[in-house]
Amino acid sequence: MTATQQSTSGTSSDRVRFILDGEVRTVRDVDPNTTVLNYLRETLRRTGTKEGCAEGDCGACTVVLGELDGDRVRFRAINSCIQFVPTLDGKELFTVESLRAPDGALHPVQEAMVEFHGSQCGFCTPGFIMSLFAMYRSEPEPSKARINDILAGNLCRCTGYRPIIEAAEEMYRLPPHGGNGNGGWTHSPYSASGDDEPSAGEREMVERLRSIERRGTLVVTGPDLSGGRRTYYAPTTIADFAELVERYPDAYILAGGTDIGLWVTKHHMDLDTVIYLGDVAELKVLAASQTHIEIGAAVTITDAHALIDSHFPDMGEMYRRFASPPIRNAATIGGNVANGSPIGDSMPGLIALGASLVLRRGPESRELPMDEFYLAYQKTALEPGEFVERVRVPLEPSDRHFRTYKITKRFDQDISAVCAAYCFRLEDGRARDVRICYGGMAAIPQRASECEQALEGREWNESTLAAGMAALDRDYTPIEDMRASAEYRQMVTRNLLRKLFLETSGWQGETRVIEGGR
Amino acid sequence: MSEITIKGRIGTSLPHESAHLHVSGEARYTDDIPEPIGTLHVAIGMSERAHARIRSIDLGPVKEAPGVVDVMTAEDIPGRNDIGGPLRDDPIFADGLVQYVGQSVFAVAATSVEHARRAARLAVIEYEDLEPILDIDTALEKQSFVIPTMKLSRGDADRAIRGAPHRLQGQLRFGGQDQFYLEGHIAFALPKEDGDMLVYSSSQHPGEVQVVVAHALGKTAKDVIVECRRMGGGFGGKETQPALFASIAALIASRTGNAVKVRPDRDVDMIMTGKRHGYRVDYDVGFDEQGVIRGVDFMFASRCGMSADLSGPVNDRTMFHADNAYFLENVSITSHRCKTNTVSNTAFRGFGGPQGMMAIEWVIDEIARSLEIDPLDVRMRNFYGIGERDITPYQMKVEDNRLMEIIPELETSSDYRQRRLEIAEFNGSSELLKKGIALTPVKFGISFTATHYNQAGALILIYSDGTVQLNHGGTEMGQGLFTKVAQVVAEELQIDIGRIRCTASDTAKVPNASATAASSGSDLNGMAALAAARELKGRLTQFAAEQFDVPPDQVRFSNDAVHIGEERLSFAELANRAWMGRVSLSATGFYRTPKIHYDRTTLTGRPFYYFAYGAAVSEVLIDVLTGEYKVTRVDILHDVGESLNPAIDMGQIEGGFIQGMGWLTTEELWWNAKGELQTHAPSTYKIPVASDMPQVFNVSLLETGRNNEPTIHRSKAVGEPPLMLAISVFHAIKDAIASVGEQRLSPHLSGPATPEEVLMAIEDLNRRLAAEREHASAGVA
Repeated sequence: MTATQQSTSGTSSDRVRFILDGEVRTVRDVDPNTTVLNYLRETLRRTGTKEGCAEGDCGACTVVLGELDGDRVRFRAINSCIQFVPTLDGKELFTVESLRAPDGALHPVQEAMVEFHGSQCGFCTPGFIMSLFAMYRSEPEPSKARINDILAGNLCRCTGYRPIIEAAEEMYRLPPHGGNGNGGWTHSPYSASGDDEPSAGEREMVERLRSIERRGTLVVTGPDLSGGRRTYYAPTTIADFAELVERYPDAYILAGGTDIGLWVTKHHMDLDTVIYLGDVAELKVLAASQTHIEIGAAVTITDAHALIDSHFPDMGEMYRRFASPPIRNAATIGGNVANGSPIGDSMPGLIALGASLVLRRGPESRELPMDEFYLAYQKTALEPGEFVERVRVPLEPSDRHFRTYKITKRFDQDISAVCAAYCFRLEDGRARDVRICYGGMAAIPQRASECEQALEGREWNESTLAAGMAALDRDYTPIEDMRASAEYRQMVTRNLLRKLFLETSGWQGETRVIEGGR
Repeated sequence: MSEITIKGRIGTSLPHESAHLHVSGEARYTDDIPEPIGTLHVAIGMSERAHARIRSIDLGPVKEAPGVVDVMTAEDIPGRNDIGGPLRDDPIFADGLVQYVGQSVFAVAATSVEHARRAARLAVIEYEDLEPILDIDTALEKQSFVIPTMKLSRGDADRAIRGAPHRLQGQLRFGGQDQFYLEGHIAFALPKEDGDMLVYSSSQHPGEVQVVVAHALGKTAKDVIVECRRMGGGFGGKETQPALFASIAALIASRTGNAVKVRPDRDVDMIMTGKRHGYRVDYDVGFDEQGVIRGVDFMFASRCGMSADLSGPVNDRTMFHADNAYFLENVSITSHRCKTNTVSNTAFRGFGGPQGMMAIEWVIDEIARSLEIDPLDVRMRNFYGIGERDITPYQMKVEDNRLMEIIPELETSSDYRQRRLEIAEFNGSSELLKKGIALTPVKFGISFTATHYNQAGALILIYSDGTVQLNHGGTEMGQGLFTKVAQVVAEELQIDIGRIRCTASDTAKVPNASATAASSGSDLNGMAALAAARELKGRLTQFAAEQFDVPPDQVRFSNDAVHIGEERLSFAELANRAWMGRVSLSATGFYRTPKIHYDRTTLTGRPFYYFAYGAAVSEVLIDVLTGEYKVTRVDILHDVGESLNPAIDMGQIEGGFIQGMGWLTTEELWWNAKGELQTHAPSTYKIPVASDMPQVFNVSLLETGRNNEPTIHRSKAVGEPPLMLAISVFHAIKDAIASVGEQRLSPHLSGPATPEEVLMAIEDLNRRLAAEREHASAGVA
């Protein structure tokens, strides 16, 4: 049975349903390429949410999505400027206008921002409010470092951040006074309800979300800009998804949309057929066995973070610095991998760790080592109708040294000039199973084969290091662009190998400013 | 005496008057104003070449694109095709010649933003390329200037340099900076009757937008109203630049009769509009064993871009700040204003001042390193004196020097000396990570150097219910101007600030208002509003005295009430009675800054009413393998006079500092070989984020601060000066790099000090050290 056949069988849907201010909104006949931001501002005339960049980098457009998480709800900030309206289906949307209590009182997040002078021009403020609101409802009182992380996707040009950070700390201490009315329960911080029983308000929200849960495929068709129609499919099973991808090999497969969104907002592309994988249950698998971590293509970076961090702290740190929380809440590791950008940060680490990809077309699956996936600039081994189903990261051998470094102009929320990853074992003082991969150094994420050879089986000492550093110049001929000169890329590529050496050869003392600086 | 219960008196840390609207999304910016039916949206077609003649433009495909209603080019402008100053070198639409990539060539109006933007991409423009000048060096070589070179000198610099015991020559470069206001440029024009036009413009200078729009339409000032309730940030970027977007909106509104909105996206905004000027500075300095400067010669060359815009006064201000806090007895300053085929640079917080200070601070640091003296000591030895050594190169006497209080206090509170020792110790034992520290001062001149800009008007309306509308020529861009001016009025009338509503800046209320710029907003508009409030208070006093038959000196305003002899009326009651008694309850106020004057040809006189002072100590930690770094601690002591609102002033200091830090660290403007700016969005242009704020960030207001001049309640301007405190970060980074060479060699470092720049400076230092060693061993052999 095909997805469209299903639509006639009654289990699928042709309208987007989401909740706003406690009420179910039904949207039909919307251009599926419409962003949530434009929908809010232009259709609903809710203008509190702002456009600052239309690329998910400034955070002025931040909104919060409430989603079911078992019998609880969870709140996640996202960038509405690059999120398409149909992806709201089944979720509750909170905008800055949603936060006042039924009696009109400001939310503690808002109150704290007033009291501690967290706004000046005010244009970024709604976005900050929403990032902080998601934190307020997701975690107990955080550390300063955690607040910095939470706010990494929100730019403020006026305040210098100090008063905002202060407000973020103090909002937990303000008396909650939202009452029990609609949404009032969200005026109490997460720590007050903690992991205990859900409050009446939360239970109501769970019920609301359940009432719009969907089992079948969502098929949204709507007008494009020149009189035609576009279609968006959101299947819920992998069989339906695989079938749709095979049937529409030219369709755009949409995961978090944190890159595809820009194709619409920046490049004004027409995405005439879109197949969304975010609702496919089987693609949300995230598990660790004795031998592997399995990460389904629909798993967001936020969701995968803790598991990856527990096995590979350096990879965890890299993902902490990967874009920003609103991006990581939407973006998937699968999307980052399948997109195949030469500056994608997932790939160097995963390739160095020997990860493989499970690719699927229709019912057929195959597994491919990740370093064989990238063929040329933005060209991958995916066949027409094929998609990335999951990423498999080997956990063995367990005595590996693994390091990854991300070099950027700005520490947080910046695209790498160079991303380096190294994996090897030390056996009797010799380097074994050396796998090195750099991003930003070639048209694809590319292993440093010359360097690997120069190190493999050699004693882990200064002279081997020197040979390895020299070999890196043969491995790569980087370009110059706005992120770095070719010379810097080459220089830092060599120096990072030295850093790796120091960190794995008993060097005493700090090697990273970010530890001293955080 | 009853307890004071009114809110909003001066000196209180009142929240921003719009804070509750900011946090709830209810604050309305230009793009949030409801659009009438039929509103058209505009996209601007841009030049794809840095320097070319336009051979032909085929707009056929644009006109035929879905949703398109109107297309216009230079020849369709009924009035003047110019948004620039006296030189008329800034066309609204390029007329046959394009001079930078991104220059406006045509505009297309359509039924939606997306339709307009897509249509704009369909134009086919044929160019005949001309040779572009893309950088300062080429411009200097070709003597390509937007306006003539200026010189300022005192004494005999050349002789003093040659006669000094020590001499250093060198060069310093630093880049520009995008304002990166979070709200991009926007204009929204509504045609009224009889050819009148109402334009909502996100503008620091509605009065100029009014004039430019009127000229473009072939009309006069009376025919155009420009309004701005608030901007989502300005930072100088919305001083002259909004006129382009406002003109296009008004032109198309006039042609079509529809409301028209022009809202470039972030990329277009950054490509099309001006930024801070990048500079090259060549210096030659002579000094004695103590590091005291005997003579110094500066050659400044700035990247002005394709037109003059504000480059004249920006570069003048560079010359006026090449002394910063130091007495330069023999000095020669040459300033070239280079014309390049890049976007025309404009105002940005500091307005040339930061660039002048960068030059002298660099020179002082170089002197200190060459003499192996702590740079702070060299700084102190060169400071302006009190009652001596106090005349600036432009012949103004420094009468209010606060650095003698600020520096010792900050030196102690920041533990500067002890930390320098600890840092040296740390660096001795840490090979990979190095620390650096620097203390730099700021002395910044307050007033527009264009003397006629130093005037302001205000309009206060008291209604019969005792509430007040307050209007003045200043604009609100987040800096808290409306809050401060409302506090001034609340204080004067002794009423609760809740009675006062600040209304949008509006050319129909206050005519000929100056730009809200040069940090002068509260100084000028606060005084104008005070004058209006005093006028009304005088009328109310007179009326009350007559009504109750008491002498006027027995009428006292206090705590939302008026005491008239033994009687007491609420402010509302008095207002009502005054209205019934046919007293005029509206008044204008006016202010012009006294004492200032200067000769624009010799650049001498008293361009500034007074100076604002501050100093900062920054400490950084750098990674010598990657060039990455963190700013770990910053201590600031800044003089705001008697603060009108300490919370707002703190916000300006902290925010200005972080913005300045961005300029000198991560914010890099990068053009490719074709002259295309490649850093035109936050994905590629990196302003500081939360984690860039120093881990330890101690900011204090100078407690003894009080303006010597009778400014508004003896406060001081605070908008721009703190930005320059961030020069300490640049020097702390330089200090950390110098430790790689054990502080013997001085690093070559350009701004912004990105990790790449830092690593290159380290590599350069390593090369020089190696060469030195080779030289030494060769000498032995």
